[in-house]
Amino acid sequence: MNLTLKIWRQKNKDDKGKLVDYKINEVSPDMSFLEMLDVLNEQLINKGEDPVAFDHDCREGICGMCSLFINGQAHGPDRGITTCQLHMRMFKDEDTIFIEPFRATAFPVIKDLVVDRTSFDRIQHAGGFISVNTSGNTIDANAIPVNKHDADEAFEAATCIGCGACVASCKNSSAMLFVGAKVSQFALLPQGKVEATDRVLNMVKQMDEEGFGNCTNTGACEIECPKGISLENIARMNREYLSASLKG
Amino acid sequence: MSGILNSSIGRKFAMALSAFFLMIFLLQHFAINVTSVFSANTFNETSHFMGTNALVQYVFQPILLFSVVFHFVMGFVLEIKNRKARQIPYAKNNGAANSSWMSRNMIWTGLAILAFMGLHFYDFWFPEINTKYIQGDMSGLLADGSGYRYFEELQHKFLSPVRVGIYVVAFVFLALHLLHGFNSAFQSVGANNKYTKGLKGFGKAYAILIPLGFVIIALYHHFNHIS
Ligand code: HEM
Ligand code: SF4
Ligand code: FES
Repeated sequence: MNLTLKIWRQKNKDDKGKLVDYKINEVSPDMSFLEMLDVLNEQLINKGEDPVAFDHDCREGICGMCSLFINGQAHGPDRGITTCQLHMRMFKDEDTIFIEPFRATAFPVIKDLVVDRTSFDRIQHAGGFISVNTSGNTIDANAIPVNKHDADEAFEAATCIGCGACVASCKNSSAMLFVGAKVSQFALLPQGKVEATDRVLNMVKQMDEEGFGNCTNTGACEIECPKGISLENIARMNREYLSASLKG
Repeated sequence: MSGILNSSIGRKFAMALSAFFLMIFLLQHFAINVTSVFSANTFNETSHFMGTNALVQYVFQPILLFSVVFHFVMGFVLEIKNRKARQIPYAKNNGAANSSWMSRNMIWTGLAILAFMGLHFYDFWFPEINTKYIQGDMSGLLADGSGYRYFEELQHKFLSPVRVGIYVVAFVFLALHLLHGFNSAFQSVGANNKYTKGLKGFGKAYAILIPLGFVIIALYHHFNHIS
């Protein structure tokens, strides 16, 4: 396949940045999207140009590191996958492909397609954990009985890989799906209930301080989430938040 | 509870509460309008009751006005905050791939409703307030005293084809607003789980049938009076 790529190039966080056109030929339909970018970068390096910076790590859909807004969609046109799992067979010969960074005020661009997603880390630090005594007499988590339905829902929420596609897809740049998943994962389990009130209040406060937008329930996040995290997690977070605000 | 409106979820919740109140009011307004098709008398009497009952006038009416103002002011606030949350737009954004047109354009359908409400207040609410509280005429009677004035006033307003046209278009916008808004409000207050699956269909029915009903009533009076 021969393709035209329109890639966002930005030297550093203060640079204005712009879309730059690149031609790439003889792309195999079996390549992953990131492999295609690797090939482009090799060509750029051979020409003595600066390669395109982009994030990636596991390249098997589990770490959440790869990002990219491809042809108007987070992680490109396929469903239930990350960019590293996207294949070039999803595109046609002679296509023009827009490749942009995830855009949100709370995800500033560091270079080219790499954005700073540490705002998610700070939300996690605000409450996305349980406090456990690790001095040696820790009780095995499996010793506490958990209702199967709750266990399944908590497990599903816990599959969130923190990639940020929900924020990138949302017209409001809202992080509610991510935070909803992190809140739900603990709120459903007995170990998480102990700190539930503070957790939801603190995580939402941090989310707001980071400058994410307000959810208006468009549902774009749920559709674009590589792990299929459900909007029900946002509803659960709203319930948790409202009852926590009433308590204190 | 302190400062709940300062949090994203608090604002969402307040927005939904005002919207719930508006949706209940809309249903009540519709129920009264329907009577105008079947009996001028019933319509006149219900209108007179609503227009002079102290509970309606001094308790529900202020709550309604507050809800409307709160709803659109908060709508603007949310819109501005959400625009700030993404200062650099995408060069290519395929929103249609993952969300409905209605959900992405609530501010525009809302603004259309607001513009319509300006006309609607000019048509009915301001004259009503003027007659009752400025002129002090609480009788609800026609100038010649031959009967209640409400039905006559309604027929008179729906003579103009331009006005009826504007009403019809406005209700299309209301339907679009509610097609997203109805279920959105339930999601906002946290009602989305295995027990609420049936709500989606009900929301769609409400969003289409109620505005359609208003349109039919307006057209009925327009054509009925002309012929
Ligand atoms: C006066 C002009 C109006 C404006 C400017 C306006 C604007 C908005 C905006 C910006 C939203 C937020 C988008 C969202 O949360 O999805 C919204 C939500 C909503 N509006 Fe309106 N609106 C208006 C009138 C109305 C009326 C008359 C009704 C009902 C009879 C209504 C029902 C709703 C509902 C049900 C929601 C969803 C609330 C939620 O998501 O929690 N709106 N409106
Ligand atoms: S909720 Fe989905 S889209 Fe959002 S960060 Fe988690 S895995 Fe990514
Ligand atoms: S690189 Fe790990 S999920 Fe894509």
